[in-house]
Amino acid sequence: MTAVVEGKAIVQDYHVPGGMFARARSVRALKGVDFRVEKGKTLAIVGESGSGKSTLARVIALIDAPTGGELRIEGKPVDIRAHRPGPDMRSKVQMVFQNPYGSLNPRQKIGNVLMEPLAINTNVPAAEQRERAEAMLAKVGLQPEHFNRYPHMFSGGQRQRIAIARALMLNPSLLVLDEPVSALDLSVQAQVLNLLADLQDEFGLTYVFVSHDLSVVRYIADEVMVISKGEAVEQGTREEVFANPTHPYTRQLFAATPVTDVAAIRTRVERRRLARAGVQ
Amino acid sequence: MALLNIRNLTVKFATATGSFTAVDGIDVSVDKGEVLAIVGESGSGKSVSMLAVMGLLPDTATITADEMTYDGQDISNMTAVQRRKLIGREITMIFQEPVASLNPSFTTGFQIEEVLRLNLGMSRREAHARALELYRAVGIPEPEEKLKAYPHQMSGGQCQRVMIAMAIASNPRLLIADEPTTALDVTIQKQILDLLMKLQEDYGMALILITHDMGVVAETADRVVVQYKGKKMEEADVLSLFENPQHPYTRALLSALPENATGDRLPTVSDFFTQEAAR
Repeated sequence: MTAVVEGKAIVQDYHVPGGMFARARSVRALKGVDFRVEKGKTLAIVGESGSGKSTLARVIALIDAPTGGELRIEGKPVDIRAHRPGPDMRSKVQMVFQNPYGSLNPRQKIGNVLMEPLAINTNVPAAEQRERAEAMLAKVGLQPEHFNRYPHMFSGGQRQRIAIARALMLNPSLLVLDEPVSALDLSVQAQVLNLLADLQDEFGLTYVFVSHDLSVVRYIADEVMVISKGEAVEQGTREEVFANPTHPYTRQLFAATPVTDVAAIRTRVERRRLARAGVQ
Repeated sequence: MALLNIRNLTVKFATATGSFTAVDGIDVSVDKGEVLAIVGESGSGKSVSMLAVMGLLPDTATITADEMTYDGQDISNMTAVQRRKLIGREITMIFQEPVASLNPSFTTGFQIEEVLRLNLGMSRREAHARALELYRAVGIPEPEEKLKAYPHQMSGGQCQRVMIAMAIASNPRLLIADEPTTALDVTIQKQILDLLMKLQEDYGMALILITHDMGVVAETADRVVVQYKGKKMEEADVLSLFENPQHPYTRALLSALPENATGDRLPTVSDFFTQEAAR
Protein backbone atom coordinates (compact mmCIF):
# COMPACT_ATOMS: atom_id res chain seq x y z
CA MET A 1 0.00 0.00 0.00
CA THR A 2 1.21 3.49 -0.74
CA ALA A 3 1.67 6.03 1.95
CA VAL A 4 -0.32 9.23 1.58
CA VAL A 5 2.23 11.10 3.63
CA GLU A 6 5.68 10.09 4.64
CA GLY A 7 8.39 11.97 6.52
CA LYS A 8 12.04 11.09 6.96
CA ALA A 9 14.24 12.73 9.58
CA ILE A 10 12.17 15.90 9.74
CA VAL A 11 14.07 18.62 11.57
CA GLN A 12 12.70 22.04 12.43
CA ASP A 13 14.64 24.89 13.98
CA TYR A 14 13.08 28.09 15.22
CA HIS A 15 15.11 31.24 15.32
CA VAL A 16 14.74 33.19 18.54
CA PRO A 17 15.89 36.76 17.97
CA GLY A 18 18.13 38.32 20.60
CA GLY A 19 16.83 41.02 22.87
CA MET A 20 18.53 43.77 24.77
CA PHE A 21 20.31 41.28 26.99
CA ALA A 22 19.87 37.96 25.22
CA ARG A 23 21.85 36.62 22.31
CA ALA A 24 19.98 35.33 19.28
CA ARG A 25 19.73 31.56 19.35
CA SER A 26 17.93 28.79 17.61
CA VAL A 27 15.67 26.19 19.16
CA ARG A 28 15.40 22.72 17.65
CA ALA A 29 11.68 21.97 17.88
CA LEU A 30 11.87 18.71 15.92
CA LYS A 31 14.93 16.50 16.15
CA GLY A 32 14.56 14.13 13.22
CA VAL A 33 11.09 12.59 13.16
CA ASP A 34 10.05 9.72 10.86
CA PHE A 35 6.49 8.74 10.09
CA ARG A 36 4.29 7.20 7.43
CA VAL A 37 0.52 7.12 7.10
CA GLU A 38 -1.35 4.82 4.75
CA LYS A 39 -4.46 5.83 2.84
CA GLY A 40 -7.65 5.93 4.92
CA LYS A 41 -5.78 5.63 8.22
CA THR A 42 -5.36 7.98 11.15
CA LEU A 43 -2.03 8.82 12.70
CA ALA A 44 -2.38 10.42 16.11
CA ILE A 45 0.45 12.59 17.34
CA VAL A 46 0.36 12.81 21.14
CA GLY A 47 2.42 15.10 23.31
CA GLU A 48 2.35 17.88 25.87
CA SER A 49 2.69 21.58 25.23
CA GLY A 50 6.13 22.38 23.86
CA SER A 51 6.70 18.84 22.60
CA GLY A 52 6.73 19.91 18.94
CA LYS A 53 3.48 18.24 17.95
CA SER A 54 1.96 21.36 16.39
CA THR A 55 5.27 22.18 14.70
CA LEU A 56 5.11 18.77 13.02
CA ALA A 57 1.47 19.37 12.06
CA ARG A 58 2.43 22.65 10.38
CA VAL A 59 5.23 20.95 8.46
CA ILE A 60 2.90 18.17 7.26
CA ALA A 61 0.21 20.71 6.30
CA LEU A 62 2.80 22.51 4.09
CA ILE A 63 2.54 25.70 6.11
CA ASP A 64 6.13 25.78 7.36
CA ALA A 65 9.17 24.48 5.51
CA PRO A 66 11.21 22.11 7.66
CA THR A 67 14.89 22.91 8.25
CA GLY A 68 15.88 19.38 7.25
CA GLY A 69 14.51 16.03 6.22
CA GLU A 70 12.28 14.85 3.43
CA LEU A 71 8.50 15.06 3.21
CA ARG A 72 6.61 13.04 0.61
CA ILE A 73 2.94 13.51 -0.21
CA GLU A 74 1.48 10.61 -2.20
CA GLY A 75 5.00 9.49 -3.01
CA LYS A 76 6.13 12.86 -4.43
CA PRO A 77 8.86 14.72 -2.54
CA VAL A 78 7.66 18.17 -1.50
CA ASP A 79 9.99 20.98 -0.61
CA ILE A 80 7.98 24.15 -0.17
CA ARG A 81 11.13 26.21 0.32
CA ALA A 82 12.44 25.32 -3.14
CA HIS A 83 9.14 25.27 -5.04
CA ARG A 84 5.98 26.95 -3.94
CA PRO A 85 3.35 24.23 -4.04
CA GLY A 86 0.76 24.72 -6.76
CA PRO A 87 -3.01 24.44 -6.45
CA ASP A 88 -2.80 20.66 -7.01
CA MET A 89 -0.56 20.08 -4.05
CA ARG A 90 -2.44 22.58 -1.87
CA SER A 91 -5.68 20.77 -2.64
CA LYS A 92 -4.27 17.48 -1.43
CA VAL A 93 -3.42 18.65 2.08
CA GLN A 94 -5.78 20.71 4.23
CA MET A 95 -5.76 21.67 7.86
CA VAL A 96 -8.26 22.18 10.70
CA PHE A 97 -7.11 24.27 13.64
CA GLN A 98 -7.75 23.99 17.36
CA ASN A 99 -9.71 27.11 18.03
CA PRO A 100 -12.81 27.48 15.84
CA TYR A 101 -13.30 30.98 17.27
CA GLY A 102 -9.98 32.14 15.83
CA SER A 103 -9.80 30.21 12.58
CA LEU A 104 -12.84 31.77 10.89
CA ASN A 105 -12.87 35.35 9.66
CA PRO A 106 -15.61 37.13 11.64
CA ARG A 107 -16.50 39.33 8.65
CA GLN A 108 -16.85 36.53 6.15
CA LYS A 109 -20.15 34.76 5.57
CA ILE A 110 -20.05 30.98 5.88
CA GLY A 111 -20.84 30.54 2.20
CA ASN A 112 -17.81 32.61 1.25
CA VAL A 113 -15.66 30.76 3.76
CA LEU A 114 -16.50 27.55 1.93
CA MET A 115 -16.25 28.91 -1.63
CA GLU A 116 -12.94 30.71 -1.15
CA PRO A 117 -10.71 27.60 -1.45
CA LEU A 118 -12.43 26.78 -4.76
CA ALA A 119 -12.07 30.32 -6.06
CA ILE A 120 -8.37 30.38 -5.27
CA ASN A 121 -7.33 26.88 -6.30
CA THR A 122 -9.72 25.84 -9.07
CA ASN A 123 -11.55 27.14 -12.12
CA VAL A 124 -14.93 25.94 -10.94
CA PRO A 125 -17.65 28.38 -12.12
CA ALA A 126 -19.38 30.45 -9.44
CA ALA A 127 -22.71 28.65 -9.65
CA GLU A 128 -21.06 25.30 -9.12
CA GLN A 129 -18.97 26.68 -6.26
CA ARG A 130 -22.17 27.57 -4.52
CA GLU A 131 -23.72 24.17 -5.19
CA ARG A 132 -20.68 22.39 -3.81
CA ALA A 133 -20.58 24.62 -0.73
CA GLU A 134 -24.25 23.92 0.01
CA ALA A 135 -23.71 20.20 -0.46
CA MET A 136 -20.76 20.31 1.92
CA LEU A 137 -22.81 22.15 4.56
CA ALA A 138 -25.30 19.29 4.49
CA LYS A 139 -22.45 16.74 4.72
CA VAL A 140 -21.16 18.23 7.97
CA GLY A 141 -24.63 18.42 9.48
CA LEU A 142 -25.50 22.09 8.91
CA GLN A 143 -28.50 23.61 7.09
CA PRO A 144 -28.60 25.39 3.71
CA GLU A 145 -29.91 28.54 5.45
CA HIS A 146 -26.59 28.76 7.30
CA PHE A 147 -24.95 29.78 4.00
CA ASN A 148 -25.43 33.51 4.52
CA ARG A 149 -24.68 33.68 8.24
CA TYR A 150 -21.58 34.96 10.00
CA PRO A 151 -19.33 32.88 12.30
CA HIS A 152 -20.48 34.63 15.50
CA MET A 153 -23.96 33.21 14.94
CA PHE A 154 -22.69 29.66 15.50
CA SER A 155 -21.71 27.63 18.54
CA GLY A 156 -18.21 26.23 19.00
CA GLY A 157 -19.16 22.79 17.71
CA GLN A 158 -20.90 24.25 14.65
CA ARG A 159 -17.88 26.42 13.90
CA GLN A 160 -15.61 23.41 14.04
CA ARG A 161 -17.97 21.72 11.55
CA ILE A 162 -17.58 24.76 9.28
CA ALA A 163 -13.79 24.59 9.58
CA ILE A 164 -13.92 20.90 8.66
CA ALA A 165 -16.23 21.67 5.73
CA ARG A 166 -13.82 24.34 4.47
CA ALA A 167 -10.93 21.88 4.66
CA LEU A 168 -12.90 19.32 2.63
CA MET A 169 -13.98 21.68 -0.18
CA LEU A 170 -10.97 20.78 -2.33
CA ASN A 171 -11.38 17.00 -1.93
CA PRO A 172 -8.09 16.62 -0.09
CA SER A 173 -6.55 13.24 0.47
CA LEU A 174 -4.92 14.27 3.74
CA LEU A 175 -6.44 16.26 6.58
CA VAL A 176 -4.19 17.61 9.34
CA LEU A 177 -6.24 18.21 12.49
CA ASP A 178 -4.49 20.16 15.22
CA GLU A 179 -6.38 19.52 18.49
CA PRO A 180 -9.73 19.79 16.68
CA VAL A 181 -11.88 18.88 19.68
CA SER A 182 -9.96 20.17 22.68
CA ALA A 183 -11.82 23.51 22.76
CA LEU A 184 -15.20 21.75 22.71
CA ASP A 185 -17.50 20.46 25.43
CA LEU A 186 -17.65 16.73 25.99
CA SER A 187 -21.01 16.18 24.29
CA VAL A 188 -20.04 18.33 21.30
CA GLN A 189 -16.66 16.61 21.15
CA ALA A 190 -18.45 13.28 20.67
CA GLN A 191 -20.48 14.71 17.78
CA VAL A 192 -17.42 16.10 16.01
CA LEU A 193 -15.46 12.86 16.48
CA ASN A 194 -18.40 10.92 15.00
CA LEU A 195 -18.52 13.34 12.08
CA LEU A 196 -14.79 12.89 11.43
CA ALA A 197 -15.20 9.10 11.48
CA ASP A 198 -18.11 9.28 9.00
CA LEU A 199 -16.24 11.60 6.64
CA GLN A 200 -13.18 9.38 6.75
CA ASP A 201 -15.27 6.38 5.65
CA GLU A 202 -17.11 8.31 2.98
CA PHE A 203 -14.16 10.04 1.31
CA GLY A 204 -11.35 7.62 2.19
CA LEU A 205 -9.57 10.43 4.00
CA THR A 206 -6.25 10.12 5.73
CA TYR A 207 -5.94 11.96 9.03
CA VAL A 208 -3.01 13.29 10.97
CA PHE A 209 -4.64 14.00 14.32
CA VAL A 210 -2.71 16.04 16.88
CA SER A 211 -3.94 15.73 20.43
CA HIS A 212 -2.92 15.77 24.07
CA ASP A 213 -5.94 13.75 25.14
CA LEU A 214 -5.18 10.02 25.30
CA SER A 215 -8.81 8.97 25.55
CA VAL A 216 -9.60 10.75 22.27
CA VAL A 217 -6.52 9.22 20.65
CA ARG A 218 -7.47 5.75 21.79
CA TYR A 219 -10.85 6.22 20.18
CA ILE A 220 -9.81 7.65 16.82
CA ALA A 221 -6.26 6.52 15.99
CA ASP A 222 -4.91 3.62 13.94
CA GLU A 223 -1.29 4.54 14.50
CA VAL A 224 0.08 6.51 17.43
CA MET A 225 3.22 8.61 17.73
CA VAL A 226 4.17 9.89 21.17
CA ILE A 227 6.36 12.95 20.89
CA SER A 228 8.39 14.56 23.65
CA LYS A 229 10.90 17.40 23.37
CA GLY A 230 10.98 17.14 19.58
CA GLU A 231 11.61 13.43 19.44
CA ALA A 232 9.23 10.60 18.63
CA VAL A 233 9.76 8.49 21.73
CA GLU A 234 7.24 5.83 20.82
CA GLN A 235 5.56 4.78 17.58
CA GLY A 236 3.27 1.91 16.78
CA THR A 237 -0.28 0.77 16.18
CA ARG A 238 -2.87 1.90 18.69
CA GLU A 239 -3.13 -1.60 20.15
CA GLU A 240 0.63 -1.89 20.63
CA VAL A 241 1.08 1.50 22.23
CA PHE A 242 -1.90 1.27 24.56
CA ALA A 243 -1.37 -2.37 25.56
CA ASN A 244 2.34 -2.18 26.03
CA PRO A 245 3.90 1.28 26.29
CA THR A 246 7.67 0.83 26.30
CA HIS A 247 9.08 4.33 26.74
CA PRO A 248 9.10 5.79 30.29
CA TYR A 249 7.58 9.04 29.01
CA THR A 250 4.61 7.20 27.48
CA ARG A 251 4.07 5.34 30.75
CA GLN A 252 4.22 8.60 32.67
CA LEU A 253 1.65 10.09 30.30
CA PHE A 254 -0.65 7.10 30.77
CA ALA A 255 -0.27 7.19 34.54
CA ALA A 256 -1.17 10.88 34.64
CA THR A 257 -4.35 10.50 32.59
CA PRO A 258 -7.36 10.41 34.91
CA VAL A 259 -9.39 7.22 34.74
CA THR A 260 -13.15 7.01 35.18
CA ASP A 261 -13.04 3.30 35.92
CA VAL A 262 -15.45 2.30 38.73
CA ALA A 263 -12.98 -0.10 40.34
CA ALA A 264 -10.34 2.65 40.53
CA ILE A 265 -12.84 5.06 42.09
CA ARG A 266 -13.85 2.43 44.65
CA THR A 267 -10.19 1.91 45.66
CA ARG A 268 -9.66 5.66 46.02
CA VAL A 269 -12.83 6.22 48.04
CA GLU A 270 -11.91 3.31 50.30
CA ARG A 271 -8.39 4.65 50.82
CA ARG A 272 -9.74 8.07 51.77
CA ARG A 273 -12.22 6.55 54.18
CA LEU A 274 -9.46 4.59 55.90
CA ALA A 275 -7.18 7.65 56.05
CA ARG A 276 -9.97 9.60 57.73
CA ALA A 277 -10.75 6.82 60.19
CA GLY A 278 -7.03 6.72 61.03
CA VAL A 279 -7.00 10.45 61.84
CA GLN A 280 -9.92 10.28 64.22
CA MET B 1 -23.57 20.69 60.07
CA ALA B 2 -22.68 21.84 56.62
CA LEU B 3 -19.88 24.38 56.34
CA LEU B 4 -21.40 26.13 53.35
CA ASN B 5 -25.10 25.85 52.79
CA ILE B 6 -26.94 27.34 49.84
CA ARG B 7 -30.59 26.75 49.13
CA ASN B 8 -32.50 27.74 46.03
CA LEU B 9 -29.85 30.05 44.58
CA THR B 10 -30.87 31.94 41.48
CA VAL B 11 -28.60 34.28 39.54
CA LYS B 12 -30.02 36.45 36.80
CA PHE B 13 -28.07 38.72 34.49
CA ALA B 14 -29.60 41.85 33.00
CA THR B 15 -28.62 41.85 29.33
CA ALA B 16 -29.50 44.10 26.41
CA THR B 17 -32.10 41.57 25.28
CA GLY B 18 -33.66 41.05 28.68
CA SER B 19 -32.99 38.99 31.75
CA PHE B 20 -30.94 35.81 31.47
CA THR B 21 -31.07 33.15 34.18
CA ALA B 22 -27.63 31.61 34.57
CA VAL B 23 -28.33 29.69 37.77
CA ASP B 24 -31.84 28.46 38.40
CA GLY B 25 -32.69 27.24 41.89
CA ILE B 26 -29.48 25.42 42.82
CA ASP B 27 -28.84 23.87 46.24
CA VAL B 28 -25.22 23.36 47.25
CA SER B 29 -23.88 22.27 50.56
CA VAL B 30 -20.41 21.17 51.55
CA ASP B 31 -19.29 19.67 54.84
CA LYS B 32 -16.07 20.27 56.71
CA GLY B 33 -13.19 18.44 55.06
CA GLU B 34 -15.30 17.29 52.14
CA VAL B 35 -14.44 17.40 48.43
CA LEU B 36 -17.43 18.41 46.34
CA ALA B 37 -17.17 18.45 42.55
CA ILE B 38 -19.54 20.57 40.49
CA VAL B 39 -19.56 19.23 36.93
CA GLY B 40 -21.11 20.73 33.87
CA GLU B 41 -20.43 21.91 30.35
CA SER B 42 -19.89 25.52 29.40
CA GLY B 43 -22.97 27.60 30.12
CA SER B 44 -24.19 25.27 32.85
CA GLY B 45 -23.73 27.99 35.50
CA LYS B 46 -21.21 25.99 37.49
CA SER B 47 -18.79 28.89 37.97
CA VAL B 48 -21.49 31.53 38.40
CA SER B 49 -22.97 29.95 41.53
CA MET B 50 -19.56 29.95 43.25
CA LEU B 51 -18.74 33.49 42.07
CA ALA B 52 -22.03 34.50 43.70
CA VAL B 53 -20.79 33.06 47.01
CA MET B 54 -17.51 34.93 46.65
CA GLY B 55 -19.29 38.18 45.76
CA LEU B 56 -17.35 38.42 42.52
CA LEU B 57 -20.23 38.90 40.11
CA PRO B 58 -20.71 42.20 38.26
CA ASP B 59 -23.49 44.65 39.17
CA THR B 60 -25.68 43.37 36.35
CA ALA B 61 -26.23 40.15 38.30
CA THR B 62 -29.21 39.72 40.61
CA ILE B 63 -28.64 37.08 43.27
CA THR B 64 -31.51 35.58 45.24
CA ALA B 65 -31.41 32.65 47.61
CA ASP B 66 -33.60 31.18 50.37
CA GLU B 67 -30.50 30.51 52.40
CA MET B 68 -26.83 31.32 51.96
CA THR B 69 -24.84 30.54 55.08
CA TYR B 70 -21.24 29.85 55.87
CA ASP B 71 -20.66 28.16 59.23
CA GLY B 72 -24.04 29.39 60.45
CA GLN B 73 -23.49 33.03 59.41
CA ASP B 74 -25.70 34.53 56.73
CA ILE B 75 -23.43 35.71 53.90
CA SER B 76 -26.09 37.25 51.66
CA ASN B 77 -26.71 40.28 53.91
CA MET B 78 -23.17 40.90 55.08
CA THR B 79 -21.62 44.34 54.96
CA ALA B 80 -18.55 44.72 52.80
CA VAL B 81 -16.32 44.82 55.90
CA GLN B 82 -17.75 41.61 57.34
CA ARG B 83 -17.52 39.93 53.96
CA ARG B 84 -13.86 40.83 53.56
CA LYS B 85 -13.10 39.14 56.87
CA LEU B 86 -14.49 35.95 55.43
CA ILE B 87 -13.61 36.02 51.75
CA GLY B 88 -9.91 35.63 51.17
CA ARG B 89 -9.35 34.25 54.66
CA GLU B 90 -11.88 31.59 55.54
CA ILE B 91 -13.01 31.03 51.96
CA THR B 92 -10.46 31.36 49.17
CA MET B 93 -10.56 30.69 45.46
CA ILE B 94 -8.23 29.75 42.62
CA PHE B 95 -8.97 30.14 38.94
CA GLN B 96 -8.43 28.49 35.60
CA GLU B 97 -5.70 30.64 34.10
CA PRO B 98 -2.88 30.75 36.64
CA VAL B 99 -0.64 32.99 34.54
CA ALA B 100 -3.43 35.51 33.98
CA SER B 101 -4.40 35.46 37.67
CA LEU B 102 -1.04 36.89 38.71
CA ASN B 103 0.05 40.47 38.14
CA PRO B 104 2.83 40.42 35.52
CA SER B 105 4.52 43.56 36.90
CA PHE B 106 5.38 42.23 40.36
CA THR B 107 7.39 39.24 41.53
CA THR B 108 5.33 36.29 42.74
CA GLY B 109 7.02 36.67 46.12
CA PHE B 110 5.80 40.28 46.40
CA GLN B 111 2.27 39.20 45.52
CA ILE B 112 2.06 36.42 48.08
CA GLU B 113 3.70 38.55 50.79
CA GLU B 114 1.15 41.27 50.04
CA VAL B 115 -1.62 38.79 50.82
CA LEU B 116 0.06 37.86 54.09
CA ARG B 117 0.68 41.47 55.14
CA LEU B 118 -2.73 42.90 54.24
CA ASN B 119 -4.91 39.94 55.12
CA LEU B 120 -3.11 38.53 58.12
CA GLY B 121 -1.33 41.65 59.35
CA MET B 122 2.15 40.13 59.21
CA SER B 123 5.30 42.19 59.17
CA ARG B 124 7.53 42.10 56.09
CA ARG B 125 9.95 39.73 57.75
CA GLU B 126 7.21 37.37 58.97
CA ALA B 127 5.52 37.47 55.60
CA HIS B 128 8.75 36.56 53.84
CA ALA B 129 9.38 33.62 56.14
CA ARG B 130 5.80 32.39 55.78
CA ALA B 131 5.89 32.79 51.98
CA LEU B 132 9.00 30.63 51.88
CA GLU B 133 7.26 28.02 54.01
CA LEU B 134 4.21 28.07 51.74
CA TYR B 135 6.34 27.71 48.59
CA ARG B 136 7.89 24.62 50.15
CA ALA B 137 4.44 23.29 51.12
CA VAL B 138 3.17 23.53 47.53
CA GLY B 139 6.36 22.03 46.11
CA ILE B 140 7.95 24.90 44.23
CA PRO B 141 11.60 24.03 43.54
CA GLU B 142 14.24 26.56 44.72
CA PRO B 143 11.65 28.53 46.73
CA GLU B 144 14.11 31.25 47.77
CA GLU B 145 14.91 32.00 44.10
CA LYS B 146 11.33 31.67 42.91
CA LEU B 147 10.07 34.30 45.36
CA LYS B 148 12.08 36.76 43.25
CA ALA B 149 10.71 35.45 39.93
CA TYR B 150 8.09 37.23 37.83
CA PRO B 151 5.09 35.21 36.61
CA HIS B 152 6.43 35.04 33.04
CA GLN B 153 9.60 33.38 34.31
CA MET B 154 7.61 30.46 35.70
CA SER B 155 5.70 27.68 33.96
CA GLY B 156 1.90 27.39 34.07
CA GLY B 157 2.08 24.60 36.63
CA GLN B 158 4.37 26.64 38.88
CA CYS B 159 2.10 29.69 38.62
CA GLN B 160 -0.83 27.50 39.67
CA ARG B 161 1.25 26.36 42.66
CA VAL B 162 1.82 30.03 43.56
CA MET B 163 -1.95 30.65 43.34
CA ILE B 164 -2.56 27.65 45.59
CA ALA B 165 0.07 28.91 48.05
CA MET B 166 -1.75 32.26 48.19
CA ALA B 167 -5.09 30.55 48.62
CA ILE B 168 -3.94 28.40 51.55
CA ALA B 169 -1.89 31.19 53.17
CA SER B 170 -4.63 31.98 55.68
CA ASN B 171 -5.44 28.32 56.47
CA PRO B 172 -8.89 28.61 54.89
CA ARG B 173 -11.62 26.18 55.79
CA LEU B 174 -13.05 26.23 52.29
CA LEU B 175 -11.12 26.39 49.02
CA ILE B 176 -13.03 26.86 45.79
CA ALA B 177 -11.05 25.75 42.72
CA ASP B 178 -12.57 26.82 39.40
CA GLU B 179 -11.18 24.55 36.67
CA PRO B 180 -7.73 24.61 38.30
CA THR B 181 -6.08 22.25 35.82
CA THR B 182 -7.89 22.93 32.55
CA ALA B 183 -5.06 25.04 31.13
CA LEU B 184 -2.39 22.52 32.13
CA ASP B 185 -0.87 19.40 30.57
CA VAL B 186 -1.99 16.01 31.90
CA THR B 187 1.23 15.26 33.78
CA ILE B 188 1.11 18.71 35.42
CA GLN B 189 -2.62 18.30 36.02
CA LYS B 190 -1.87 15.12 37.97
CA GLN B 191 0.71 16.92 40.11
CA ILE B 192 -1.63 19.82 40.88
CA LEU B 193 -4.57 17.53 41.71
CA ASP B 194 -2.34 15.40 43.95
CA LEU B 195 -1.15 18.58 45.66
CA LEU B 196 -4.71 19.88 46.18
CA MET B 197 -5.80 16.54 47.62
CA LYS B 198 -2.77 16.36 49.91
CA LEU B 199 -3.33 19.89 51.21
CA GLN B 200 -7.02 19.20 51.59
CA GLU B 201 -6.24 16.17 53.76
CA ASP B 202 -3.40 17.81 55.71
CA TYR B 203 -5.31 21.00 56.52
CA GLY B 204 -8.73 19.34 56.70
CA MET B 205 -10.24 22.01 54.47
CA ALA B 206 -13.35 21.58 52.39
CA LEU B 207 -12.75 21.77 48.66
CA ILE B 208 -15.24 22.69 45.97
CA LEU B 209 -13.87 21.70 42.60
CA ILE B 210 -15.57 23.14 39.54
CA THR B 211 -14.74 21.16 36.43
CA HIS B 212 -16.02 19.87 33.11
CA ASP B 213 -13.72 16.86 33.18
CA MET B 214 -15.25 13.57 34.38
CA GLY B 215 -11.74 12.16 34.80
CA VAL B 216 -10.85 14.88 37.31
CA VAL B 217 -14.10 14.18 39.17
CA ALA B 218 -13.33 10.47 39.33
CA GLU B 219 -9.89 11.13 40.77
CA THR B 220 -10.80 13.69 43.43
CA ALA B 221 -14.41 14.04 44.54
CA ASP B 222 -16.30 12.62 47.51
CA ARG B 223 -19.62 13.94 46.29
CA VAL B 224 -20.68 15.26 42.88
CA VAL B 225 -23.26 17.75 41.65
CA VAL B 226 -24.07 17.58 37.93
CA GLN B 227 -25.37 20.84 36.46
CA TYR B 228 -26.90 21.56 33.07
CA LYS B 229 -28.26 24.91 31.84
CA GLY B 230 -28.30 26.37 35.35
CA LYS B 231 -30.20 23.49 36.91
CA LYS B 232 -29.04 20.65 39.10
CA MET B 233 -29.51 17.36 37.29
CA GLU B 234 -28.15 14.96 39.85
CA GLU B 235 -26.31 14.84 43.13
CA ALA B 236 -24.63 11.68 44.38
CA ASP B 237 -21.51 10.35 46.03
CA VAL B 238 -18.79 9.75 43.45
CA LEU B 239 -19.01 5.97 43.39
CA SER B 240 -22.78 5.79 42.87
CA LEU B 241 -22.57 8.50 40.22
CA PHE B 242 -20.16 6.51 38.07
CA GLU B 243 -21.59 3.10 38.95
CA ASN B 244 -25.24 3.88 38.66
CA PRO B 245 -26.00 7.34 37.25
CA GLN B 246 -29.66 8.22 37.76
CA HIS B 247 -30.28 11.17 35.49
CA PRO B 248 -30.30 10.70 31.70
CA TYR B 249 -27.99 13.71 31.29
CA THR B 250 -25.38 12.16 33.56
CA ARG B 251 -25.66 8.88 31.68
CA ALA B 252 -25.25 10.81 28.43
CA LEU B 253 -22.17 12.63 29.70
CA LEU B 254 -20.54 9.42 30.87
CA SER B 255 -21.23 7.56 27.66
CA ALA B 256 -19.86 10.47 25.60
CA LEU B 257 -16.45 9.85 27.17
CA PRO B 258 -14.27 8.37 24.41
CA GLU B 259 -12.88 5.76 26.81
CA ASN B 260 -16.38 4.39 27.33
CA ALA B 261 -16.95 3.98 23.60
CA THR B 262 -18.58 0.74 22.65
CA GLY B 263 -18.37 0.02 18.96
CA ASP B 264 -17.55 2.63 16.36
CA ARG B 265 -19.77 5.52 17.31
CA LEU B 266 -19.77 7.70 20.39
CA PRO B 267 -23.24 8.26 21.81
CA THR B 268 -23.85 12.00 22.06
CA VAL B 269 -25.90 13.94 24.56
CA SER B 270 -28.49 14.88 21.94
CA ASP B 271 -28.94 11.18 20.99
CA PHE B 272 -29.76 10.61 24.62
CA PHE B 273 -32.35 13.34 24.82
CA THR B 274 -34.10 12.09 21.67
CA GLN B 275 -34.14 8.56 23.10
CA GLU B 276 -35.58 9.83 26.36
CA ALA B 277 -38.24 11.80 24.50
CA ALA B 278 -39.18 8.76 22.42
CA ARG B 279 -39.65 6.63 25.51
